[in-house]
Amino acid sequence: MLSDYRIYMYILVSALMCYIIRSLPMTLIRKKIDNKFIRSFLYYVPYVIIAIMTFPGIMEATENPLPGILALIIGIVLSIIGANMFAVAGACCVTVFIVELFLK
Amino acid sequence: MEKKAFREGLKDGIPVGLGYFVVSFALGITAGSIGLNWFQALIFSLFNLASAGEKAALEVMKYNRTYAEMALMILIVNSRYLLMSTALSQKIDPKMKNIHRFTLSAFITDELFGLNISRKGSLCPSYFYGTYLTSGPLWAVGTALGVVAGNILPPNIVSALSVAIFGMFIAIIIPPAKKDKVVAILVLISFALSYGTDFIPYDKAKFSSLKIIILTVIIAGVAAILFPVKDEDEPSDTAEKEGKVNAE
Repeated sequence: MLSDYRIYMYILVSALMCYIIRSLPMTLIRKKIDNKFIRSFLYYVPYVIIAIMTFPGIMEATENPLPGILALIIGIVLSIIGANMFAVAGACCVTVFIVELFLK
Repeated sequence: MEKKAFREGLKDGIPVGLGYFVVSFALGITAGSIGLNWFQALIFSLFNLASAGEKAALEVMKYNRTYAEMALMILIVNSRYLLMSTALSQKIDPKMKNIHRFTLSAFITDELFGLNISRKGSLCPSYFYGTYLTSGPLWAVGTALGVVAGNILPPNIVSALSVAIFGMFIAIIIPPAKKDKVVAILVLISFALSYGTDFIPYDKAKFSSLKIIILTVIIAGVAAILFPVKDEDEPSDTAEKEGKVNAE
């Protein structure tokens, strides 16, 4: 079994490292970057990174991939017709809940 | 403190918090099995605030590896936050108080990044703190509860609520994709490559962040070469306020 001392040291090291990774760019980059390529790159980063995390992640959040895929499709359709974030997140949850009822 | 933005943040953090809460039980169960008590699990989750990162850290603890290995593991598993933090740095109003750079960066998670980067205008500290307060603490509380009580929620509820975060992600990327064809194509390419690369056998717990960062750099990099954005497309309007727009 791990000693308490060792557990707290692990927590300290992991927390410090997490903070360093998160804070370095935000505290050190003080200026607007002028370089057109980097500006364009950073403009696209949020969409790309979030899309990558969404798929296939949403299929893996549920036990069976089907409810996840259906939630994705319904979420996309609702977003296209202009539903807000709450409605989309809620509809995804309800979709999974209902589809899983039928899968059992 | 801008009260309106703060309240908006509190509200937008709720679906994130629900998702965190149900997912964090599982993490708590793992933490308990390795020998962490509820208090240790609580502060571990509070100060790490990362799902894959914490899973990997627990793995290091389980096998009693060195602290250096712990540091390296966190760096690899959480590397995507370097990119998110860089993107957020460009959204900061130069007039924003310095202290916020240090406090807000502690709260960069996938979901809070999504909410804050997609909000109109410069980065708003009040909004950011709001989004954190209704989500981050639930992550820590859920982990601690997982240690003490195991998974007290029925599996179908966990399954349903765990997609709330993905629903939020969809609501963040689809509206801009509707307005901008390039973004729409990038979203589709990202879906395809993210799915395709998962057929390569790799240790997801360790390298999923690295996969995210590599794919993002390639896709956003190629897009930046092929479709450089004009200044007026920029999400932030601070450059205009400073009169830098006409500098060239």
